[in-house]
Amino acid sequence: MTLTVAACLFAAASARAVTTQDPAGADPTALYRQECGACHAAFAPRLLPPASWEALMANLPRHFGTDASLDPPVQKRLAAWLANQGAAGRARPEGDRITQSAWFRHEHSELAAGIWSRPSIKSPSNCAACHRGADSGVFDEHDVRIPR
Amino acid sequence: MIKSYLAFTTAVSMALALVAAASPAQSATPSDLLAGYAAHAARAPDAHQGKSFFTTPHGREWACASCHGPRPVIEGRHAATGKPIQPLAPGANPVRFTDADKVEKWFRRNCGDVVGRACTAAEKADVLAWLITLKP
Repeated sequence: MTLTVAACLFAAASARAVTTQDPAGADPTALYRQECGACHAAFAPRLLPPASWEALMANLPRHFGTDASLDPPVQKRLAAWLANQGAAGRARPEGDRITQSAWFRHEHSELAAGIWSRPSIKSPSNCAACHRGADSGVFDEHDVRIPR
Repeated sequence: MIKSYLAFTTAVSMALALVAAASPAQSATPSDLLAGYAAHAARAPDAHQGKSFFTTPHGREWACASCHGPRPVIEGRHAATGKPIQPLAPGANPVRFTDADKVEKWFRRNCGDVVGRACTAAEKADVLAWLITLKP
């Protein structure tokens, strides 16, 4: 009896380990894509410095005007991972926006301003509209297709 | 001996209940979730009211339909980022409304953005009742 119950408890605990409810057992990349990549591209962690990730992840209920709150264990896990993977030494952009970074502005300086507001693009944060590999962190210039 | 056995079984029951409560209800069906919300609302779900709730703004910038579209059997687009959103209606996208934790997470976030407060069980039931009626 005792053994059976113990086995059941163990099985239940093991089953939980692969869900987002127990983030310690999950691959943070998959968790990150699932939780953050639902609304915007799963921005590669290296696109912001650790201080920006820390500030963003501490304020998810007020995330650029929307409620992006996470369950506390998931928030904690992703915050630690992002801060660890962030671009150390890079300057913190205004508003912790990737699109306000000096390198971002420089890389996109040849684009006419109206391009961003095309319905097919909508926002500079919609990386995947032009960068087809954005969700995998691939931003190679040869892979860019700007939609009409 | 009996006392310690009872204490043990109580502890096991509590542990199992905790595990069950914390596990995602991935096996739920949209009808299960609807029944749960309706039971909390203590009134029958009203699909017509759900449609109106979904498609009309509530004194703020966005309606549910701003991102999901007015009839979410097709892909929507996030109103701020433009990111595609898979269809919300279970008839068009069978993974929708099958995980109670996920459903609650998105109601929590999106009701805050659209309504400026948590949605009531009755509002959730109405919206889900309407979504279930939609066929691609």
